[in-house]
Amino acid sequence: MASLIQVTDLCKTYQVGEIAIQAICGVTLNIDKGEFVSIMGSSGSGKSTFMNILGCLDIPNQGSYYLEGTSIESLGRDDLAQIRNQKIGFVFQGFNLLSRTSALENVELPLIYSAVSSRERRRKALEALQAVGLSGREGHHTNQLSGGQQQRVAIARALVNQPAIILADEPTGNLDTKTSLEIMQLLTRLNEDQKMTVVIVTHEPDIATFTRRTIFFRDGQVVEDRALPGGGKRS
Amino acid sequence: MRILASLKVALRALRTNKMRSFLTMLGIIIGVGAVIVMVAIGTGATEMISQQIASMGSNLIMVLPGATTSGGARMGLGTVSTLTSDDARAIKEECPAVKEVAPIWGGVTQVVYGNQNWNTGVNGTTPAFFSVREWPMADGRLFTEQEVTGAVKVAVVGQSVVDNLFGSENPLGQIIRIKKVPFTVIGVLDRKGQSARGDDQDDVVYIPLTTSQKKVFGSTLPRTVRIILVQAQDLTRMAEAENQVNDLLKQRHRTQPGQLADFTVRNLTEIMATAEQSAKIMSLLLGSIALVSLLVGGIGIMNIMLVSVTERTREIGIRMAVGARSRDILFQFLTESIVLSLVGGLIGIGLGIIGSKVMAYFTEWSIVISYSALLMSFSFSAAVGIFFGFYPARKAARLNPIEALRYE
Repeated sequence: MASLIQVTDLCKTYQVGEIAIQAICGVTLNIDKGEFVSIMGSSGSGKSTFMNILGCLDIPNQGSYYLEGTSIESLGRDDLAQIRNQKIGFVFQGFNLLSRTSALENVELPLIYSAVSSRERRRKALEALQAVGLSGREGHHTNQLSGGQQQRVAIARALVNQPAIILADEPTGNLDTKTSLEIMQLLTRLNEDQKMTVVIVTHEPDIATFTRRTIFFRDGQVVEDRALPGGGKRS
Repeated sequence: MRILASLKVALRALRTNKMRSFLTMLGIIIGVGAVIVMVAIGTGATEMISQQIASMGSNLIMVLPGATTSGGARMGLGTVSTLTSDDARAIKEECPAVKEVAPIWGGVTQVVYGNQNWNTGVNGTTPAFFSVREWPMADGRLFTEQEVTGAVKVAVVGQSVVDNLFGSENPLGQIIRIKKVPFTVIGVLDRKGQSARGDDQDDVVYIPLTTSQKKVFGSTLPRTVRIILVQAQDLTRMAEAENQVNDLLKQRHRTQPGQLADFTVRNLTEIMATAEQSAKIMSLLLGSIALVSLLVGGIGIMNIMLVSVTERTREIGIRMAVGARSRDILFQFLTESIVLSLVGGLIGIGLGIIGSKVMAYFTEWSIVISYSALLMSFSFSAAVGIFFGFYPARKAARLNPIEALRYE
């Protein structure tokens, strides 16, 4: 069976003025459906670039990327937007919610761009909010919520279109230890109960222990790809 | 993304910055309002002039007695009576380009009815005068050619004279005294309103020419007339008629070549047409100034939309990350600028109409609000919204999602 994500010899070079900066080069890896993967590395190691490519926010200069059997590198902007909408759920370090907007509307946002009726939008968004334990908070504006709650809203938004994969870029970077733990438990539960494929980028080894596989980046290359047979830390 | 959804997003964004949205709209409001008021004033002025032209009578040429020289000092126009009824008849008979001729002899004097009196213009003329001036009767009848020939003492009165002399009485058949000569009122003229110079054209009494010459305003020379109105066959033959009248009168008055003519021929329609033309140019000018202010309003929209796009770069990034296509973003910002300009346009139309009415009330100008101006300024403001909103919206749509997300 083909992997969910199939990346072969991926390279990405940025042109900054006269100088070409190679963010990643020669990355080859597969991620299967239902995996819980963490990507680690110091800043500048290329992990964020890799995430952006995985999330179809960016396209590689070289190499191939198949997501659910679809080749990404030949797609145009609008097709990439379509894929982000349908197959990818993002969770960011800074939450990236719309301010002065209710939690519900934030969660509905991806559905607005996928031709779902307003009633259906509302139902799905409420369901997603319930899944992250925020029932009853749908009317709150995002700036009235705590950091942990905001990140839950963001996760609900990532979930709402039932994507193939959730990509979380430092999801606990702005949170305290206790809240970080809760968010990681939530992501673990989504992976176990809903068989959601989750990939997180982190530089905290503690966070990485929640996952069952850790990929280490250094200088734009994969230096280690370690599976934890124990299935990660359970709590 | 559906239109309704993007409209909702746009309205929310505009509501978030109420003051800013209002100030941006103000440019369009003032622009549209100005277009409407200016065009209303211009149209009103043009219409007023056309009305005055119509009230003068069409294809009119005026022949006035000329300046003469008396001991080296040139006297003003009309100081000497050099035109006669015979000149008028000759013009009618000998100039093929002339359709009608109406000589006038009269003056300003007191008119008495019962115990009422009123100073007004009393003019002797021929029945042709009323067709030349295109002046219908409101009541009664005109005097006839026979009555002119017979110097019968009958009078046709204007509406203002009726108002001042008779009040609510029926003037027909009543006797009025003009310079102590009794006249029977046989007709009342339709109301004609003000002339181009602002005179009340209805404040007048018309009597047969001969009656005026012989019995009321006697002259040193018999059969003199103060003025001869000449109507050309049609507008295209105005110049021809003018030349014919000139040549004929020079011949009749034995004007030597190089000698100053003792009469003057004036083409009224030409003067009025010039006035109308200048009013049109004026309204065009006013309208274009107003359009410029609408344009400035549009630039204001563009400016604010650019600021808004920069401010909301992160929001754009988020929307793109969750699957908004370029056209969704484009549409969202375009909707915002169109809403701004359309709402501004509607308010501007309201204010423009009110402004025109207020203007008309205080200046007593005739002001005509044209629906085409309303439609034009509204669609123009919509176009301004699309045109000036497009660049910022496209800028937003072309943002790189990664950079937009990173934007602080």
